Amino acid sequence: MKEVGQKKLPKIFLYLFLIVSSLVSLFPFYWMFVIGSNSTTSVNQFPPAMIPGTQFFENARNVFERIDFFGSMLNSFIISGTVTLSVLFFCSLAGFAFAKLNFEGKNMLFVFLLATMMIPPQLGLIPSFMIISQLGWIDTLQAVIVPAMVSAFGVFWMRQYISSAIPDELLEAARMDGCSTFRTYWNIVLPTVKPGLATLGIVTFMNTWNDFLWPLVVLKDQSVHTIQIALRTLNDVFYTDYSMILAGTFMATVPILIVFLLFSRYFIAGLTEGAVKN
Amino acid sequence: MNTEVRQQHPHTPQKKQKKYNQRTRDRISGYLYISPFFLLFGVFGMFPLIFTAYLSFHRWNILGEREFIGLSNYIGLFTNDPLFWKAVGNTFSIWALSTIPQLFVALVLAFILNQAFLKGKSFFRLSIFMPNVTSIVAVAIVFSAIFGTQYGIINYALSLVGLDPINWKGSYFGTHVAISSMVMWRWVGYNTIIYLAGLQSISKDLYEAATIDGANKIQQFFYITIPMIRPIIIFTVLLSSIGGMQVFTEPLLFGVGSDSQGLTMTLYLYQEAFERFSFGYAAAIAWVLFLIIMIVSLINLIVTRRIKST
Repeated sequence: MKEVGQKKLPKIFLYLFLIVSSLVSLFPFYWMFVIGSNSTTSVNQFPPAMIPGTQFFENARNVFERIDFFGSMLNSFIISGTVTLSVLFFCSLAGFAFAKLNFEGKNMLFVFLLATMMIPPQLGLIPSFMIISQLGWIDTLQAVIVPAMVSAFGVFWMRQYISSAIPDELLEAARMDGCSTFRTYWNIVLPTVKPGLATLGIVTFMNTWNDFLWPLVVLKDQSVHTIQIALRTLNDVFYTDYSMILAGTFMATVPILIVFLLFSRYFIAGLTEGAVKN
Repeated sequence: MNTEVRQQHPHTPQKKQKKYNQRTRDRISGYLYISPFFLLFGVFGMFPLIFTAYLSFHRWNILGEREFIGLSNYIGLFTNDPLFWKAVGNTFSIWALSTIPQLFVALVLAFILNQAFLKGKSFFRLSIFMPNVTSIVAVAIVFSAIFGTQYGIINYALSLVGLDPINWKGSYFGTHVAISSMVMWRWVGYNTIIYLAGLQSISKDLYEAATIDGANKIQQFFYITIPMIRPIIIFTVLLSSIGGMQVFTEPLLFGVGSDSQGLTMTLYLYQEAFERFSFGYAAAIAWVLFLIIMIVSLINLIVTRRIKST
């Protein structure tokens, strides 16, 4: 009996800690909407507004006047969608080769691939920019898409997944039936590793969507801005109008949150799997 | 592996012929399938890496001629550039302020979320993780508002408890705390999930045995939990160190302040390259940045190995 009493008190503290942490995590999302739905004057006061106002659509209209909101959302979708599809295809193909095909130097090449993950992306920033400008790709979406079309992490991820999810016997059987290597990949491997593809797809989509430095460097013109760059311009030029800025930020955040909430199971499961295996 | 085993089996000549074809085909497809990565890495990874090294020995802006100046960029960087060293100091300060509390809070959260009796686990897990999927740009903008000096919500909270408002954008302390809290807010959930995965792989028997021996929760935490997930802690420390050395977007959007108190190494690299167009100098910064990241990772490994062996 004494034990029950002893445990009760800490339990409340644990819940309290969790609730406070959740509130801290969620509050900025809420406050984004609060400020975004109030007028600028009611924001610039003490105490600051804490309840949503009625000005959201007006602030949104201001955003649409200042930046090409939907255009940059579309750019972000095109970039993230293309990169994701391409990463899924090329990384699973390479992962399949590393996991199941035999060729000389395979292990060495794989170690090399792992080593490339150690290189900080900023290191090659200037020459990469020069290549893109030599190709005449400044201010085009392929400047962001092409360098990201296949990733070392993706190949590593798919290799691990394919090695553990696909028994060799399955591939043997396909070969007996006369499947070519590519057909084996397309008809046997791909359908089997769907969960692995889902995780890699979400991670890639999120990272590409949220990428900032590289698009900032190569996408100068407003017509090719991604939503992140567009938000930055909003923040840069009209520094004081927080209502408008946060209305824009809120509108840009909601779609990605919806995507996340829909697929969160895969996402979180995938993250943890990767971490524990490391 | 498999082909070797297969070869040892006695097969009819015709079958052997087929296997040989299969092996050749495997080899060709193998190289073909991995080639996209290596091609792309060659163009956008390898070449830039080497060219950055080459550039770092030159003086060059976008208009003028490229001029070989040997180690001058590096010598200038090390001996005659207080701004760079300020950026290094800022980066480390912001990194320490964000990483240490972040990993500690994540560990505690994971420990709590791992308790069997807990209700609403998936809700808490999701809400704590949600900041991680938001773009840094959005985070930086919202936190700029939250840390606003005049009408920011933090200063309002401070005024409620009778404290003076803090000039977040104007002081070293303020800027470092504001930027660190952005980093922390975004990454606590990620680390919590990683730790949680580690905790769930610990056998329940250990805790049962400890409970029978009379160990309380706090003792269990320090004598069972921490040692068992040490490899994962090492992993997160390494990752957040590498990430911390590359902080860029947060200070860019928050503002570096009049005294450059928010200037980080990567931001300095960006400014030199794409605002002042001194590509040669920026290339030297890039390599020194790489070196610093390597040293930090190495120290991490040495320290953790030390801890491991004791």
